[in-house]
Amino acid sequence: MDFLTQIFALAIAAIFVQNFVLARFLGLCPYIGVSKKLDSALGMGMAVIFVMTMASTFTWLIHNYLLVPLNIEFLQTIAFILTIASLVQLVEMVIQKMAPALYKALGVFLPLITTNCAVLGVAILNINEEYSFIFSILNGLFAGLGFTLVLVLMAGIRERLERAELPKSMKGMPIAMIVAGCMALAFLGFSGLKF
Amino acid sequence: MLLYSMITLGALGLIYGLGLAFASRKFHVKIDPKIEKINKILPGVNCGACGYPGCSAYAEAVVSKDEEINLCAPGGNDVVKHISEILGIKATASERKIAVIHCQSGGKDNTFLRYEYQGISTCKAAILVSGGPNFCNYGCVFQYDCVKACNFDAMLIDDNGMIQIDKDKCTGCGACAKACPRNLIELVSEKKRVHILCSSHDKGAESRKRCGNKTACIGCSICEKKCPKDAIEMVDNLAVINYDKCINCGICADNCPTNAIFDPLKEVRAKKKAEAKKKAAAAKKQAEQKS
Repeated sequence: MDFLTQIFALAIAAIFVQNFVLARFLGLCPYIGVSKKLDSALGMGMAVIFVMTMASTFTWLIHNYLLVPLNIEFLQTIAFILTIASLVQLVEMVIQKMAPALYKALGVFLPLITTNCAVLGVAILNINEEYSFIFSILNGLFAGLGFTLVLVLMAGIRERLERAELPKSMKGMPIAMIVAGCMALAFLGFSGLKF
Repeated sequence: MLLYSMITLGALGLIYGLGLAFASRKFHVKIDPKIEKINKILPGVNCGACGYPGCSAYAEAVVSKDEEINLCAPGGNDVVKHISEILGIKATASERKIAVIHCQSGGKDNTFLRYEYQGISTCKAAILVSGGPNFCNYGCVFQYDCVKACNFDAMLIDDNGMIQIDKDKCTGCGACAKACPRNLIELVSEKKRVHILCSSHDKGAESRKRCGNKTACIGCSICEKKCPKDAIEMVDNLAVINYDKCINCGICADNCPTNAIFDPLKEVRAKKKAEAKKKAAAAKKQAEQKS
């Protein structure tokens, strides 16, 4: 039971309280760039969930079984980037062969997130917080869920904004920035949650 | 420390590199080079006239699903020819089609209005307001959805607000026909020149009263009787040409009491007739002189 509570707390923390986009300000590029249409936002979100989970798994293994024993933790960043980039490439190739339908849904977005700071961020945070292996994987999954949630919300708002009557100078990017700020403020409300 | 880090990073890079190289070999997906070639030839306007969501989808269908190769309307015969060369199939050229608007009303001067429409400027919205701004329930409401839908600048609006189709630019993609909420636009082979430019299914007296251009089809069925090829059929008080049978003779247009039938070949035909007469007369003269 204790274990389940911990997982729940982790989920709430990763999705809402320490949301990657709106609280940690990681992965802002896709947040602004890919949030124009709902379906592409959803595709991107799915790809991020997938990659974050995979990345958390493998970087944890690399860190604890390669870098720590050799006492070279300072290579963390470059080793992680290397791992994530080649992992994403490999995964892309595999699903292109094994699951063409999934490739069509994720395919365009996978290369986009190879060197995304949110993905690297979750990998490094897992190490800094000294999570166990299972918790690292779950943290990656929940962080991806949080990212997707915010991306989809943003896309929904921006789709509606397209039709809204705005002053010319506010159209497009400026209003998107303001909306992003408002959303960050709204998510600040979650910061009081504690378990 | 230095040695360890160099070795570790080098080894990681090497392993990943080899892994990726191996994976790319093992999981290599063959993409038919024909698809790429055909994709390059297609116009790339993604108009959807072929029934596929885009040019690349059509290219794939042509190669892997044995789809007909003459479905690309904007590409025309050139594209069909190139595709047939790539695939080694005999080309079956499609007829070039052009959009025809079956209504002669719809300008500022030649439309009777119920009211002045000032709402959202699309045809779809305009026809919802108590049956549309113009008296004719079948005619053009001139909010120009078709012009907006045209990807090729082939539809022009003249001074009177009438829509003119640029025959050279029209590719027959059918985007305008889909956009028109009153289904006034039809794609017709460019060889067929005689058109009935009315879509009103009202009864004769009614449609005559409602048409601002005074060129409504009143359903008198004279054309149906006069047509030598039985190409005209009456459908709910409206004459409709069966273009498969039409031979461009123009007899229907000559006999139409309301000028609802448009025949651009009238003058051409008259000229040809006059020339033929002249020739016949000259031949007669020659024959007379000889004798």
